[in-house]
Amino acid sequence: MEAAVEPGNLAGVRHIILVLSGKGGVGKSTISTELALALRHAGKKVGILDVDLCGPSIPRMLRAQGRAVHQCDSGWVPVFVDQEQSISLMSVGFLLESPDEAVVWRGPKKNALIKQFVADVAWGQLDYLVVDTPPGTSDEHMAAVEALRPYSPLGALVVTTPQAVSVGDVRRELTFCRKTGLQVVGVVENMSGFVCPHCAECTNVFSRGGGEVLASLAGVPFLGSVPLDPELTRSLEEGQDFIRDFPKSPAFPALFSIAQKVMSEAPARLS
Amino acid sequence: MEEVPQGCPGTGSAQAGRGASCQGCPNQRLCASGAGAAPDPAIEEIKEKMKTVKHKILVLSGKGGVGKSTFSAHLAHGLAEDENTQVALLDIDICGPSIPKIMGLEGEQFVEDNLGVMSVGFLLSSPDDAVIWRGPKKNGMIKQFLRDVDWGEVDYLIVDTPPGTSDEHLSAVQYLSAAHIDGAVIITTPQEVSLQDVRKEINFCHKVKLPIIGVVENMSVFICPKCKKETQIFPPTTGGAEVMCQDLKIPLLGKVPLDPHIGKSCDKGQSFLMDAPDSPATFAYRSIIQRIQEFCGHHPPKEEHFLSS
Repeated sequence: MEAAVEPGNLAGVRHIILVLSGKGGVGKSTISTELALALRHAGKKVGILDVDLCGPSIPRMLRAQGRAVHQCDSGWVPVFVDQEQSISLMSVGFLLESPDEAVVWRGPKKNALIKQFVADVAWGQLDYLVVDTPPGTSDEHMAAVEALRPYSPLGALVVTTPQAVSVGDVRRELTFCRKTGLQVVGVVENMSGFVCPHCAECTNVFSRGGGEVLASLAGVPFLGSVPLDPELTRSLEEGQDFIRDFPKSPAFPALFSIAQKVMSEAPARLS
Repeated sequence: MEEVPQGCPGTGSAQAGRGASCQGCPNQRLCASGAGAAPDPAIEEIKEKMKTVKHKILVLSGKGGVGKSTFSAHLAHGLAEDENTQVALLDIDICGPSIPKIMGLEGEQFVEDNLGVMSVGFLLSSPDDAVIWRGPKKNGMIKQFLRDVDWGEVDYLIVDTPPGTSDEHLSAVQYLSAAHIDGAVIITTPQEVSLQDVRKEINFCHKVKLPIIGVVENMSVFICPKCKKETQIFPPTTGGAEVMCQDLKIPLLGKVPLDPHIGKSCDKGQSFLMDAPDSPATFAYRSIIQRIQEFCGHHPPKEEHFLSS
């Protein structure tokens, strides 16, 4: 039915990176947001596609809740989260009548919207499109990978927390990547330890070691450990620019190095 | 069944099989014949199976990673400490089945004589196996768990769910619809990023007429093991679960602090309640479990509803 894929709305997007995890609540949206902010600070134009239809977190993290989505000839115009228009965002969150409205859809309807998000959003010229996903290995992930495949994504960042329960789920996500031919750019371990602001004791709140174990099991690069930092959580709550405001935070070096790694992957793929 | 047209009106719709977008769909004839509109016979079969199950509790959250499986497991452990109480724990997180690990089970289904577990995790031959299934296939698995597992005489069936408001949740509610679910326990963490998803879950419960037993706020506060001072790692910037529950007039069952031992016990597959009996988190869990038991005791299954159908 379809002829050769027309580039269409993704014609101006240079690199696509997916952020995945088998496990919920490990920080996919956090990493997607901070990656976008870090890439912006490196002078890149970034788009974020939030395909978590049941729990769309990104609008709040970039202080874009309640914004309206407009139409143009090529489809939906993504929402710009800043004056300079360096970060644009599309999320089902913008299409809901109220923020508490639940998207209670079965798989086929979710697939249809995700295909639309990929084909019908007028992204324009972007250096990077970061695709944030919900946890799991199901409809949303298959729909996103299938829809993006013709555009040769750079690969996936896979996020875990240190504990074995998380590693147990994320191993399955790595299998998903292998089976769908999605290259794993690297594993990120989030919530790695917490330094008490009162006495500076570091506690492994969610156990330790999982990220490196996972990376070595799967034979993929380990990109670093991001510690727990209430300033980071608060920045995300309030839609602030953590990368700009907290360069001295213990979470900053790892987040920055993840962005560096993504950028270093990119030139190798220009063809 | 997996290649559904974009404009699919839904198998239960009056337009099923007849709409313009139905042309070319492999299920068109089936839908047009009205088969999709008839209630699934499994619902009655499950109602029969569930007659020996006294109380059914769903553990839900719109948000991932807030501690649903951790809570489900410890609810099960706590209830099963009374050896006269039969407890079953059903894990319907098909993609990310954490319960076997948290309960310390490799393939066997009984933790104790009175605590049994079922999960798709038991059906996977390797820890790397991914369950890459679309919605309809996941629904089929959930139907099988509910209909084909011999639950026996059970006082409490706890159903652990994945995050979200999608196939798994709709299927669990649909298949159990004739069997009376006591209610849902909704798990959250204090920050707004969680609460905004949890409000959606609460809306889901209202939409499908699922009673809400109450909300549990997990990871409330972190107590440093060295200096014992408290820090809020996940700050309740909009008032946490307390304010949300007041606004929505839903009971707050309790707040559980972040104790690093919880994660460790889960990794080892042991009951945290046994590992750390004096932790403030254990006290919190026990008080919440008691409130849930009280709710179930005060709201016995209404047999008379099933007689008219």
